[in-house]
Amino acid sequence: MLLSVRFRGVVALAARYPLLAGADLDVAVGEVVVVRGANGAGKTSLLRAMAGLLPLVAGEASVLGLDPTVDARRLRPLVGLLGHRNGLYEDLSAEQNVMFAARAERRPKADVQSALARLGFDRRVAATPAAKLSAGQRRRLALATVLVRQPRLWLLDEPHAGLDAHHRQLLDELLDEVAASGATVVLASHEQLADGLEAKRTVWMSGGAVVERAAAPAVADVVGVAAEVAPAPSAPCPQVPHVA
Amino acid sequence: MSQERVRTWASAARSGRPARAARLTQVLGWAALVTLGLTTWWGLWVSPPDVVQGQYVRMLYVHPAVATMCYAGFGLCALASVAWLWPRLRSPRWDRLAVAGAEVGAVFCGATLVTGSIWGRASWGVWWTWDARLTLTAILFALSLGYLALRRAIDDPHSRALVSAMVALLMALTVVVDHYATSWFVTLHQGETLLTPDPTVHGWQLATMLMSFVAFGSLFAWMVAHRYRLELLEDRYDAEGYTSALAARRAEGQAPPEPVAPGRAAPGQPAPEPATTAGAPGGPPSKVEVRVS
Amino acid sequence: MWRDALLVAGKDLRIEGSSKVALNQVGPYSVVVLLLFGFAFDQDRPLLTEAAPGLFWIAVLFSAVLAVQRSFALETSDGAVDRLRLSRLEPAGIFLGKAAAVAVQLLLLEGLLALGVVVLFHARLAGAALLGASALVATAGIAAAGVAYAALSMGLRVRETLLPLLLAPVLAPIVLASTEAWRSALGVSTGDGWRWLGLLGGFAAIYLAGGVLSFGALMEET
Repeated sequence: MLLSVRFRGVVALAARYPLLAGADLDVAVGEVVVVRGANGAGKTSLLRAMAGLLPLVAGEASVLGLDPTVDARRLRPLVGLLGHRNGLYEDLSAEQNVMFAARAERRPKADVQSALARLGFDRRVAATPAAKLSAGQRRRLALATVLVRQPRLWLLDEPHAGLDAHHRQLLDELLDEVAASGATVVLASHEQLADGLEAKRTVWMSGGAVVERAAAPAVADVVGVAAEVAPAPSAPCPQVPHVA
Repeated sequence: MSQERVRTWASAARSGRPARAARLTQVLGWAALVTLGLTTWWGLWVSPPDVVQGQYVRMLYVHPAVATMCYAGFGLCALASVAWLWPRLRSPRWDRLAVAGAEVGAVFCGATLVTGSIWGRASWGVWWTWDARLTLTAILFALSLGYLALRRAIDDPHSRALVSAMVALLMALTVVVDHYATSWFVTLHQGETLLTPDPTVHGWQLATMLMSFVAFGSLFAWMVAHRYRLELLEDRYDAEGYTSALAARRAEGQAPPEPVAPGRAAPGQPAPEPATTAGAPGGPPSKVEVRVS
Repeated sequence: MWRDALLVAGKDLRIEGSSKVALNQVGPYSVVVLLLFGFAFDQDRPLLTEAAPGLFWIAVLFSAVLAVQRSFALETSDGAVDRLRLSRLEPAGIFLGKAAAVAVQLLLLEGLLALGVVVLFHARLAGAALLGASALVATAGIAAAGVAYAALSMGLRVRETLLPLLLAPVLAPIVLASTEAWRSALGVSTGDGWRWLGLLGGFAAIYLAGGVLSFGALMEET
């Protein structure tokens, strides 16, 4: 089975705090994987590590066949990341935002129109400055900027946030299409997912590592997180690396 | 590249000849004390006052040495930064040396400006004069404060080393431009050059001045050595936290969280805040940052 | 790299075109700075006229800090930096593009300030070749240094105060050299203005080269 992402014992630091403390993950090409876990579990860091934005200090990692730390410059154009923030230019219109993303990737202008249309933007809205769009529209615009790049690996951090039911369905359909065309999708989410996505493979994170479902605290939207049985971590803690 | 990052953090775990280094610094310390004492004695009592400048010539025993050590410190910082940036030579030692040089250099730079100002006031009646060297030193001081402020603002050790090294290099090149700018500026405006050493210095005055160089040189070396050690110890302290930090991180999500009052959201904080997640029993100890001034 | 630089410069200028921050905010600020100089010198006319070149360049420096901060604020306000990192754009191209956009805005501001200096301080402009050449080269250096330092302080919490602290001493020789070049052009000083132009060129070369070489690493670390 061809693997899109292969992580073994990956550790990533921010100053001296381990964002990822030994994460193991396998994602096959064309798969749609949902990453779940409580706040602070490391979901965002996992996605950023896969995008080659987070330097890794220990463990093995291979994304689309490339080492995300050494080959980051070659890997990044192949990856599309939708983070917590949308990454938009407030003073440019929706269309101009997507146009910049397209031209940065040397994509033809026709792709811009098709991306906007696919995400449900009509002419009038496309000409509105990004600052004046609603939160849901901005999220969709950010998705359009990812779509126009046609990445082979989609990394989405809470993509459904701010979208109404109609647009959630639009997004789910888009993700299915994207996966069917051979791209891999990894998305992190708190939300109660649509049945279609509920059926996809789910991976749980806790304490900077990927764990068994029972080991992660139950994800809940409201107060009263249930106590869990204290489990063993899924892999032994990495030792201090040998330094020259 | 990734190995480099953890090396930056964990390298201090290995000690490098501590006994010899400690003894060397002790020797330096005593040497500095003795020679400073000698300089003070000779400077204030033994050496004669100058025919022209009178008692104010005694500034000669402080200012030039202090100024030279200031330039030595910044030069050390620049060279160490280049060494760090050089791919084969890269090592955290250069970064520690760079910050030691910059901080001690900044102290001596402040002293240079103060002693120069006092000397100017005493000799010429003005607290400040726009001569080339004094102006250049003032710009250097401001640049060094910026460099040190930048270092304090970056937490990640590898990032900090890389960005400071680049900034130090850029600033060093700027100083070359500044040198020409200030000297052209002064010759254009025919400013007074206050700091030319008296060419007729001889005898006790010369001896005392040379002694002052030895004294302040030893003091400088001693201070750099101690600042270096301070940085090393801080790195070592943080390095010991690596394994426990990982363990604490993994334990974060697994202990049962405290019962929360109704209306409060589930606890949890996004990285890289210190994990004050309710429920992590020990809390990761490694996030303590020893702030050094 | 040049293609990327043009793309980024175009994007930044288009943003300026629709937000008009430089036009509506930085421009008036710089003119008010000139007014403040007038008040500070008690409207002493001969003094103001003689000091005009220096006051001009100080006002340019203040405006430059704002312009450069704005250049990166529009990247960090919604986290667009990650998108830049993930794109195929070459970091050196991004640096040159941003510096070019800042330089264009600064040149327009300088035009406005030159008008201000003529009107408020009764300065008389002459020696257009040296004036124009030194303004161009100085602006290139200011933009390059400004963008480089703004990039490295972009991710820091204290960036609003750190950037002026870093930029002010770094740009000091530019203020000095361009003032002298202008004084020479206006015939106020006897120095060789073209020598100062050479110095400005050296500074600009250092920061353009430095920025191009280091921008990739800077974008990663901040």
